[in-house]
Amino acid sequence: MIDLDDIDRQILRALSRDATQSAGALGRALGLSQPATWRRIRRLETAGVIRGRRLRLNAEALGFGVTVFLGVKLARKGQVSLDDFERAVTAIPEVQTVEHVLGLYDFRLRVVARDLSDFERVLRRRIMALPGAGDLEANVLLSEERRPGPI
Amino acid sequence: MGVDKYKVLVQFPDYSFVIWAMSEKIMLDDLDRRLLRVLQGDPTLSGADLADRAGTSLSKCTRRLDRMRASGVIEGVEAVIDWAALGYAVEVSLRITLDKTQPRAFDDFIAAAREVPEVLEIQTFLGRVDLRLSVIARDMAQYQQLYRDRILTLPHIADIEALMHIARVKSDETLPI
Repeated sequence: MIDLDDIDRQILRALSRDATQSAGALGRALGLSQPATWRRIRRLETAGVIRGRRLRLNAEALGFGVTVFLGVKLARKGQVSLDDFERAVTAIPEVQTVEHVLGLYDFRLRVVARDLSDFERVLRRRIMALPGAGDLEANVLLSEERRPGPI
Repeated sequence: MGVDKYKVLVQFPDYSFVIWAMSEKIMLDDLDRRLLRVLQGDPTLSGADLADRAGTSLSKCTRRLDRMRASGVIEGVEAVIDWAALGYAVEVSLRITLDKTQPRAFDDFIAAAREVPEVLEIQTFLGRVDLRLSVIARDMAQYQQLYRDRILTLPHIADIEALMHIARVKSDETLPI
């Protein structure tokens, strides 16, 4: 496992806020040369600590006014293949994330829709048609806050 | 009369510009959407590559991106941290119901949850649960300690359910633009 020092942590923190900063600009802010900063970023990337970059869009400005978290329980466990379910649910464009969980539900989905009636369409035509989908629980997202985490 | 005519001529284009600028905030055309789709797939693309893949010129591409940034459609690009690669092997979703007889239940709870470094996400809901925390820990022993010392001590909790994270099947969070 990779060991991080204070400068690595500062770089991670800065990049998770804004990944468009150049190594030069970031280095200047941290009192580091451009090549030294670049080498550290490369190291974080090759160690897999930085998994990738994500474009942050304003979903509402793009017309997606509703985000719903769905807990899905598979019906007839054992008879349905997890692979089939995962393949089918991943292919739904409105489903943003799929997590396999242990507990009350088997899967946790993040679903975006234009409004509630659009969500109903996604739910009825797409989610409920999934192979093996059983019990569902929907919670409409009101607010969301991402924290920097323990770095 | 001549002066009035002049006024009208000047005011009219001004006024229409305001309407155009306001509606532009939400009106995206096919090219805008194409750029966002390509950029969602790979936010590290250079302007030239992005323009190429979206089938437009670099100058047009730059202008469109600037406009979408200015209007707030594009909020930014962030690095995604893989906590497992940093040794955080345990990820738990805590679904929390609050004691709503306390008028400040949400504010107090959220303020206290922000103080716990291992909390990655705080979401509030309309539904069966009020809140959800995404919490990470190095192993089950550390999670148990965290749960006892920092989570159960958060204010106004009526009920907690835990979902243990096994795998991330899809995580790109792209919008179906």
